[in-house]
Parts: sequence; structure tokens; C-alpha cells
Amino acid sequence: MPMFLTDEQVMLADTARPFLADTAPVAHRRALRDADDERGYAPDLWRRFAEMGFTGIVADEADGGLGLGHVEAGIVLEEIGRNLTPSPFLSTAVGAVTALKGASEPLRRRHLPAILAGESIAAIAIDEAARHRPHHVGLRAERSGNGFRLSGTKRFVPFGHVADLLIVAARTSGAPDDVDGITLFAVPGDAATASPRRLADASLAARLDFADVQVDGDAVIGEVDGGRGPLDALLTVLRTGAASEMLGLANGAADMTMAYLRDRKQFGQAIGSFQVLQHRAAHLYCELEVARAAVLKAQQLLDQGAEAADRAATVAKGMVGFASLLAVQEGVQMHGGIGMTDEYDIGFYMKRQRVLAELYGDSDFHADRLARLSGY
Amino acid sequence: MSDDLTAFRAETRAWLEAHCPAEMREPVRSDKDVCWGGRKARFSSVAQKQWLDIMGARGWTVPDWPARYGGGGLSPDQAKIVRQEMADLGCRTPLHSFGISMLGPALLRYGTEEQKLEHLPRIARGEIRWCQGYSEPNAGSDLASLATRAEDKGDHFLVNGQKVWTSYADQADWIFCLVRTDPTNKHRGISFLLFDMDSPGVSTRPILLISGYSPFCETFFDNVKVPKDQLVGEINRGWDVAKYLLGHEREMISGMGTQGGAISLSKIALANLGAEADGRLADPILRARIAQFDLRAEAFRAMSERFLDELKAGKAHPAQPSMMKYTGTELNKQRYELAMAAGGSAALEWDSDESRQGAAARAWLRTKANSIEGGTSEIQLNIIAKRILALPGA
Ligand SMILES: Cc1cc2nc3c(=O)[nH]c(=O)nc-3n(C[C@H](O)[C@H](O)[C@H](O)COP(=O)(O)OP(=O)(O)OC[C@H]3O[C@@H](n4cnc5c(N)ncnc54)[C@H](O)[C@@H]3O)c2cc1C
Ligand SMILES: Cc1cc2nc3c(=O)[nH]c(=O)nc-3n(C[C@H](O)[C@H](O)[C@H](O)COP(=O)(O)OP(=O)(O)OC[C@H]3O[C@@H](n4cnc5c(N)ncnc54)[C@H](O)[C@@H]3O)c2cc1C
Repeated sequence: MPMFLTDEQVMLADTARPFLADTAPVAHRRALRDADDERGYAPDLWRRFAEMGFTGIVADEADGGLGLGHVEAGIVLEEIGRNLTPSPFLSTAVGAVTALKGASEPLRRRHLPAILAGESIAAIAIDEAARHRPHHVGLRAERSGNGFRLSGTKRFVPFGHVADLLIVAARTSGAPDDVDGITLFAVPGDAATASPRRLADASLAARLDFADVQVDGDAVIGEVDGGRGPLDALLTVLRTGAASEMLGLANGAADMTMAYLRDRKQFGQAIGSFQVLQHRAAHLYCELEVARAAVLKAQQLLDQGAEAADRAATVAKGMVGFASLLAVQEGVQMHGGIGMTDEYDIGFYMKRQRVLAELYGDSDFHADRLARLSGY
Repeated sequence: MSDDLTAFRAETRAWLEAHCPAEMREPVRSDKDVCWGGRKARFSSVAQKQWLDIMGARGWTVPDWPARYGGGGLSPDQAKIVRQEMADLGCRTPLHSFGISMLGPALLRYGTEEQKLEHLPRIARGEIRWCQGYSEPNAGSDLASLATRAEDKGDHFLVNGQKVWTSYADQADWIFCLVRTDPTNKHRGISFLLFDMDSPGVSTRPILLISGYSPFCETFFDNVKVPKDQLVGEINRGWDVAKYLLGHEREMISGMGTQGGAISLSKIALANLGAEADGRLADPILRARIAQFDLRAEAFRAMSERFLDELKAGKAHPAQPSMMKYTGTELNKQRYELAMAAGGSAALEWDSDESRQGAAARAWLRTKANSIEGGTSEIQLNIIAKRILALPGA
């Protein structure tokens, strides 16, 4: 598969770009923040995602989806990132839909139609500690009756307080850091007590408390105790997706900055004519192009069903972490004083970058992970 | 992927396994393991010559050149498979050559049919080794200010002047050379000539590099006669050829340090420093630095693949090679800094047998040229700012 978009994918990008730029630009995020919005997204907009077919972008055609891949999902995510659109797309249409592919027929039928129709959104509950450490699963699921009782706490769950469906990594046997004994569950959103926290970027992420909550036995995705594989596969998809969104964010910030370099005059000339800024802008451009290649690689490998996707997702998330951090730092710096103001959008990019960097592992996490995968 | 390509991959792999000598599947350990071909070729082993001959005969030193010019006649997809399978099996590049990476693409685009038929097959088979006569003492980054003169003498040009930093001029058979044919026009007064280094009036003087080797030279031209049919492209329009060639040179340099298999920093470090009980490299800070590097290097590998795919499909921006060159060479310098840290004092040895005559230290010093040769990093950033970002006044 050559490493550029097919004509169909270019067409999708040509649809997604104006759609998000028109319906959900940065002003949309700002408006939600200023209104102290408590949901963290706009349900109207989400319904329009459904009308466009985006909610079912990676769902199988047999299940009523578009049957497309992660390159296509990435195209939508990139535009979400570029516009900083608050959207449950990653957790719902990418994360939950992927997780449900490994679920039983009844479980899929229970959850998928509402997701595709834009009536239901999902959240992914994995992390329990302050830093991403996905295999540390302490939330317990004890057998009880013909189901399980869940007890424990999840943190940093975007949309966890408004989700209709929660995908939860729980421990059915062994100790918190054991490789085996993890099980994935698909449980109703009201199974947990959610306390939403507003983050630096004005998004909401919930802390979820499960206090001996009874769930049905058929809420299990895949095998009991055999959740490590499905969890890792889900993480690969989420990391690739988050990387795609960050790539869009980074390019959005860089585009704003390049435009400012052309517009802003000091010393009687455009500041973009100073070589010191030109070189930094060119360096940034190179970083973004490398990151784009890493992201496309991970997306394509995922769509080929290749094992190497796992490693490529780590490279993509780590590399886009470096590149997007540079994009927002240079963005604010090159805007001078105005870059520090709330009124101007570049600061929104900086805040959102930090949140997305943390999600599913930042560059430090992924460098460490790459070293382990490489045997050192 | 189509069935045809799947079958091609299997055939390619089987053929390579059957024909690549075992010795040629071991990592390159020093400059001696690199084969440059040419009339003065010195092969370091029988296997090295065998490998060149077998690949040259099949046209796989240049898999995607047309077969009538000595290439493999493969499609971009097939050529990519050959590269991937060679990398996978650890096959060494059979032939390193400025003819392949620089002159060939320029001749394919700008050469006459006679020029192509004369030069390309010899490049493909490694029979003629080329050097590049671009830089002069007063024309480095500002290459178009070059002053070496070529006067029109009817049936030939008469060339007088001096080049500098001419890599391997003393070992090359022919030179592709930028000359001034119109002193009144900076860019549109340059022409692109090919000539034999054995021509009367050509002389070279080697220059020692900080690595202690002498791969480049001062090159002098004293009334050198060059037949008119050895001009490539139009008279006074050599700058177009020169720039096109530079794009290919930059692409080649961007891959330095990874072609024929990159050194593994973690292997060097593990061998020198050992591992903790859980397998982690014993030095946590070096481990973190290597891990961050490896992450970038893998991402850059994806970028190289993407760039080649775009190039073959005609989708690459003409200034893309500048981006590749800048990023790839800065990365390679970092790679060798880390290799020195991972190697510790052992890597500092300069002439012991254990160090293979200072291979590590010399390779480290050699990489410092990567961000200078073929146009410096700063020049690449200028080009990106101007051609891609279109920043004002750039
Ligand atoms: C929090 C804060 C508090 C402040 N407090 C005060 C205060 O109390 N009183 C006061 O008077 N001011 C204050 N300032 C203003 C501050 O001094 C200016 O923001 C600063 O001098 C930059 O000017 P500018 O914002 O117009 O940016 P610009 O001059 O427009 O610069 C934009 C970008 O271009 C770069 N640039 C500009 N010229 C060149 C050049 N020749 N070569 C290379 N790069 C160039 C800059 O480095 C910057 O990255 C404050 C600013 C901030 C952010
Ligand atoms: C190992 C090696 C092999 C080489 N092989 C060949 C060869 O085979 N054939 C050949 O023709 N040449 C060859 N070269 C020459 C090479 O192309 C030149 O060294 C290079 O183009 C830089 O020119 P210069 O050395 O004159 O440096 P200068 O142009 O004098 O540059 C000095 C410094 O100033 C900076 N600078 C210059 N102009 C600008 C600007 N406008 N903006 C910002 N910074 C600027 C440069 O980036 C550099 O850091 C080789 C060089 C090396 C090191």
C-alpha cells in the first residue's frame, strides 16, 4: 500500500474539512467553555456526525456501518484536532466500536445501533493512576450470581460522566500488575458514579467510582481473564486515533502561526522575513511531516491487520507528541504578547495539546515502551 | 496487495536467498565493506565482486531504471519490494555510486538518447565511477557563483578552473561538472558537462578529513578539452540540471546511516553496559536518550517510505528532498553521538585492531559532514521556508 491517501480518502478529507471548519471551529469550543457547558460536547453536532455516517465509519457494513478503516477515521480525527472540536468521536466511533467488534452478537446488537444513530455515546475507562499505566488494573470484577460485581475507581475518562456505554478494563483474577486476569466489560453508563473534572483545556474527564455494582455476565467482551489481548488491540487503535487528532491540532497551530508570520509587521517588515523565525518554522514543518508519516504508517498497518501496528502506534503517538508540543510552543512564542491572551485561539491549542499528549501515553511513555518492545 | 505482487515478493526473496553470498548479508562494518565499482575498483573480497556482478547483470543495482539502460525495468511497487526484501534479509547494497544516486536520474531526465545509452548501463554495472564537480573555493552555499570557465572552441569546450571538496575525485573515472559558459548571467550562464578524469589537464590533490581519511580532493582543470556532445541539456541551462540532480543527492544523503542497515544503538549499549534483571539497559539516562532517538528514527523511516512513494507517483513537492536531507542528516549526527556514548572509551580507539582501526570514531566524525555536503542544513531550511512555506522575503 503506497504511503499516500487514495482518491476516495482525499474525497473524504475534502468533505470532512469544510464540515468541521464550518460547524465546529475553535469558536465552538470557546462557546461551550464560556457557557460552562456540563456535557463537554454538543449533542446537535453529534447527530450531524451520525447523518454524515461518521459514527459508523469503522463499523462493519453488516452492522450498518461504513466499513472503512483507520486511515479514514484518522481523516475525521485530524479535522477534529485542527478545529479543537469537543467530540466523543474517538471514544465512541473509534474506541467503543472497535471494542465491540470482539463482543458477542447480542452485546453488539444492544449497543451498536444506538451508537451509529448518534443516540448513544461511549467512554473508555482504562487508567487508574495519575500517569498512563494501562496494565495496572486494580478495579475488581468478582463473580456474583450470573454476572459480576465491579468495585474500584477509574480516572481520566473523557465523556465518562455523560456516556451511555462504558468500556471498562477490570481485574477478574490475580494482582493489579499481572499480565493475565484482565477482562473487558461493556456496561451501561449509569453503572458508575461519575465525578467530572474540568481540565486545563476546558474539556471534561470523569473519575468513575464503581461501588459493588452488579453487571450482567454477558457484558463481558471476549474471554473472562483473557482481556489483555483485546485491551492492547483497543489501545493500539486509541493511540493511533489520538495521534491523528494531535496531528490535526499541530497542523492547525502551525497554520495559524505561519499566517501570523506573514501578517504581523515589526521593524517595517513581516516578522516571517526574519531568518531566525524562518528556520524555526521550517524545522517545525519537517517535524510535522515526519509525524504525519508515522501516523499514516500506524493507520495503514492497522487496516492491514498487521501485528506491527502495535509498535507503529507507539512510534506515532510518541512522534506526534514531540511535533505537536513544538507546534504549540512555537505558536505561542511567535505570536508574541497576543499569543498569551485568552481572546486569541493559539493558547487553546497549547492547552488541548497537553491533554491529548497525556491521553493513552505521552512521548516519554511511548519511548519507554518502544525500548521494552526492542529488548532494552 | 495484488496476487502478482505477492508472487513477485516470494520470487524475489527466493532469488535473493539463492544468490546473495552469505558474507554480503553481514552488516557493513567499515568503509572497506562498501563497494563503489569503477575502472580502479579494489574489491575487499571475492563475494563483494560476485554480488556486484550478479546484481548488475540482473539490473537490480537500479531496479527501477528501464532495462534498455541496464536497469531492472521494475514498476515502483516491484522496486519497493526488492528494497524491502533486501533490507529484510540484510543484503548489502551491491553498489554505492554517485552515478546511481545523482547522475543517473539527471541523465534519464535531461540526457540525449545517445548519452543515456552510453553512460547508464555502465553506471548500472558499476564499470564507471563518477565524481561531482560542483563546489569551488568561492562557491559553496552560493553555488551559482561558480567561476570554472568553459569556452566554446567550435567542436569542443576548453575548461579552466578549480573545484574543491570533490569526493573521491582521485578514484573516479568520470566527472559531472558545473562550468560557467556565460559570465554575465549568474544562474543562466552555467552549463553541465561530462568528461573523463583521464583527460589531459585534469589533476587532483587529496585533502585529509577530520576522520583521518581522505575521501575528497581539490580538482584542477588546465585547458581540458571536452567534446561538445558531452554537454547535458542546453547550453547556459545547466542550473536546471544541477538543481534536479541536487534533489536526488539530498534524497540519498538523507538515508545515510540507514542504508544497508543502521547500527543498533541499543545493541552497542547493551554489550558495553549490560542490562538490569528486567532486561532494561543498565544506564537509565542513556536508555531514555536512545529510546527517544529510536522513536524518531522509526518515524523518519516511515517518512522516507512515504517520500519515495510520493516521488514515484509524481506527488512529491519539488522541495521535499530538502526536508528529507535536513531531517535525515541531523538525525544521523545524533545517532553517532549516541553511538559514541554507548561505546564509551572503546569507541575512542583510533588505530587498534579491536576497534577495526577506529571504525566507530571515524564513522562518528564522518557524519558531521552530512549536514554540510549536498547543501548545508541552513540552506535546506532556507529552501523549505521559501519554496514550501512561502514566507515573505525568503
Ligand atoms: C504577560 C505579559 C506581560 C507584559 N507586561 C508588559 C508591561 O507591563 N508593559 C509593557 O509595556 N509591555 C508588557 N508586555 C508586552 C511585551 O513586552 C511584548 O509582548 C513583547 O515586547 C513582544 O512584543 P509583541 O507582543 O508585539 O510581539 P512581536 O514584536 O510582534 O513579536 C512576535 C514574534 O516575532 C519575533 N520577532 C519580532 N521581531 C523580530 C526580529 N527582528 N527578529 C527575530 N524575531 C523577531 C518575536 O520574538 C516574537 O516571537 C507584556 C507581555 C506579556 C505577555
Ligand atoms: C565530506 C564532504 C564531501 C563533499 N563532496 C562534494 C563533492 O563531491 N562535490 C562537490 O561539488 N562538493 C562537495 N562537498 C562540498 C559541499 O557541497 C559544500 O561544503 C557545501 O555546499 C557548503 O559550502 P561551503 O563549504 O563553502 O560552506 P559555506 O557556504 O561557506 O557555509 C559556511 C556556513 O555558513 C552557512 N551559510 C551560508 N550561506 C547561508 C545562508 N544564506 N543562510 C544561512 N546560513 C548560511 C552554512 O550553512 C555554513 O554553516 C562536500 C563537502 C563535504 C563536507
